[in-house]
Amino acid sequence: MRVTDTVTYKDPAWHTRITWTVVFLAVLLPAGWLAEFNPAVLWDEANLRTVGHFLGTFLPPAHSLEFLNMVAIATWKTIAIATVGTVLAAIIGFPAALAANRALSLSALTTGRMAPWAAAVRWTVRAVLIFLRSVPEVVWALLIVRAVGLGDTAGVLAIALTYGGMLGKVYLEIFESTDVEATRSLLRNGAGRTQGFFYGMLPACLPELTSYTVYRWECAIRASVIMGFVGAGGLGQQMELSMRMLAGGEVITMLAVFVGLVWIADQVSLQLRKWTE
Amino acid sequence: MSTHLRSVSVAYGTGGRALDGITMAIGPGEQVAIIGPSGAGKTTLLHTLASALKPGEGAVTVLGSDPWRLSQTELQRLRRRLFLAPQAPPLPPRQRVVNAVLAGRLPEWSTWRALRSLVYPADIRSARTALARFRIEDKLFLRCDRLSGGERQRVGLARLLASPAELFLLDEPVSALDPALAQAALQVLQGEASARGASMVVSLHAVDLALARFPRIVGLREGKVLFDLPRPAVDEALLIELYGSELCNSFQAPPEHQAEALPICRGCV
Amino acid sequence: MPSLTRPLLALAAWLVFFAACVATLSGDWASLFSAGSARGMAKFVGDFFPPAHDPEILRKVAAGSLETLAMSWIGTLIAAVAGLGLALPAAGRWGGMAKGTTRLLLNGLRAVPELVWAALVVVAAGLGPFSGTLALALHTSGVLGRLFAEALENVSPEPYESLRRHGVGAAAAFWYATFPQVLPQLASYALYRWEINIRAAAILGVVGAGGLGQMLHFHLSLFQLHEAASVLIAMILLVTVVDLASNRVRRALTS
Repeated sequence: MRVTDTVTYKDPAWHTRITWTVVFLAVLLPAGWLAEFNPAVLWDEANLRTVGHFLGTFLPPAHSLEFLNMVAIATWKTIAIATVGTVLAAIIGFPAALAANRALSLSALTTGRMAPWAAAVRWTVRAVLIFLRSVPEVVWALLIVRAVGLGDTAGVLAIALTYGGMLGKVYLEIFESTDVEATRSLLRNGAGRTQGFFYGMLPACLPELTSYTVYRWECAIRASVIMGFVGAGGLGQQMELSMRMLAGGEVITMLAVFVGLVWIADQVSLQLRKWTE
Repeated sequence: MSTHLRSVSVAYGTGGRALDGITMAIGPGEQVAIIGPSGAGKTTLLHTLASALKPGEGAVTVLGSDPWRLSQTELQRLRRRLFLAPQAPPLPPRQRVVNAVLAGRLPEWSTWRALRSLVYPADIRSARTALARFRIEDKLFLRCDRLSGGERQRVGLARLLASPAELFLLDEPVSALDPALAQAALQVLQGEASARGASMVVSLHAVDLALARFPRIVGLREGKVLFDLPRPAVDEALLIELYGSELCNSFQAPPEHQAEALPICRGCV
Repeated sequence: MPSLTRPLLALAAWLVFFAACVATLSGDWASLFSAGSARGMAKFVGDFFPPAHDPEILRKVAAGSLETLAMSWIGTLIAAVAGLGLALPAAGRWGGMAKGTTRLLLNGLRAVPELVWAALVVVAAGLGPFSGTLALALHTSGVLGRLFAEALENVSPEPYESLRRHGVGAAAAFWYATFPQVLPQLASYALYRWEINIRAAAILGVVGAGGLGQMLHFHLSLFQLHEAASVLIAMILLVTVVDLASNRVRRALTS
């Protein structure tokens, strides 16, 4: 096979590559400008001094008995916020998921369609759940702190609202993905909705529901530390105070405790989930 | 620049021996075909010659030096002069054919040149020429995962043509090609080796191809050299011994083909 | 009946734990759910309405949204480059020592949440979106570094080894053999993290690290609740749009 001279030795992908590079730069430069991207700030002399001083205070980590005691209390509070918040979230999410559930509809059973008012209720509940979870938990915390003041309550409520939205959605998915025939047959045989639920649906879904709730509890522990930064109590609030005072030793101790706490929550949740399944 | 093995043995990880006391020499410009049943140690032998595998016992000399006495830098320099083409060419699925072929040039390129070639292929002409010799120049800018098995194999061989190697080590280079293409591909490789004065060691499943195209045949069985003979000295009895008579009872060749090649074992190897 | 005692014991233990949690919290729960508190809440929520919608605030909200997008994009980009740089040693390419050290570093980067990084970086880089960008980059480098390292470890070593056997240098062999194999996976991980980072960038501002969050914090602090409501709506819209878009893209990619 001979290569004739009419063949051009050009890479056909070249134009596409050039175009994408131009597009990339055309987005990157304004984005860099918007993000005020300027690494020189980091080497600014006054900044360097502040940072140097701050980093200098990191070692040794704070370890006075009084401080550790305070950290222990804050940590326990974080756990308490996450736990109570998750329970409240389940209290919000569970009935919401029930109300929005199609499988338990009596009208759909006979006609194949839901009564209009029932459909309206279901869509409203779904919309509320979407709203609850589309606001990030930190923002909920920020808003609630304005309403009820600084402290644990704001954290509990923020978790309850965001996670209520998430749990409601996932509970609903679990209900709808389980085999509905057992429940339907109970309903057809004249059982009430409550009976149908407790004898047909709940036993089938319980392991999955528990498992997901435990997983969310684990996330709530992490979230409650973060929410502390806007004043919603617990370890995060203490961390924010120490950072503001540039007390590096305290920050590093609390970061270590935080990482340890998250790790323990992770292990506990793993064990619990294994146990429930 | 001689290449030879002296009483070389290679052990399997599980015990047992993949190669058992192999002694052979490959002279400059020599073309050798290795045949033998599956599991005979053909691939291991090629890897040993490519200094990719360190033998447990025995002495290896590749292109005049012992690879396992060299420093890391010298070993890499030695490896630039040889090319081992595995049976299934190791081509990243998303890489374009042009880059896959030009990867053969990497030993002679600086890192900077190599990186620049990824941005814009450095030598499209030579990549195209190499592909054209296997009649797949139209695949130049396709992605490797868009190719058939036979096309992939030929891209791997085109990479060999692009490389500066002076020792060709080919493991089943034409296993995915139909007989006519396989003949043609071997012809191209052998022509290139002669033109460069490169030595060539090829393992082949198709005994007829080996007998038709190579002046020297090595029969490998259970890690040992059963015979190492010029082509005319290889007869049916040896082949039956090599492959086992139980495998080759359909050993009947039309007489008119026997002069050119022994088309044996077509159905069973 | 041992099968029943275990769950019962677990339930009892859980109730004790829960009671302890409730007892710790300082909140005055009774008054929280009282009629007075409900009226207070209703007034608080009512104060947000109507959301401000004069051109000035709309322009600012739009700028804030763009700033949030820019932060997330540049943060993810930096993290992808840094993550690849860290993934190479973390995948064991430069020996066990380097592997252990980088893994530790990656775990550290990943364990600290974006918001905590933001609070720390604000000390070094001052208030504003640059701090948020760096905070996202730090946390995401840890996440992507680990994912990239796993991708590199799972890739077929044969193309790389084959080039090395021909005497090709390690760097060239990496870019010709390993990188093209992992590229699709790296790109999809980076895109996935970008989606997460848009959401994160929206809130980082509450510690002063730029974007919509900083605007929200600002207006809430000044009790400009109508403006805060507009920012909130923009935030929800941004998150929802990203959600929908990523769902679309994912469905298009899988089908």
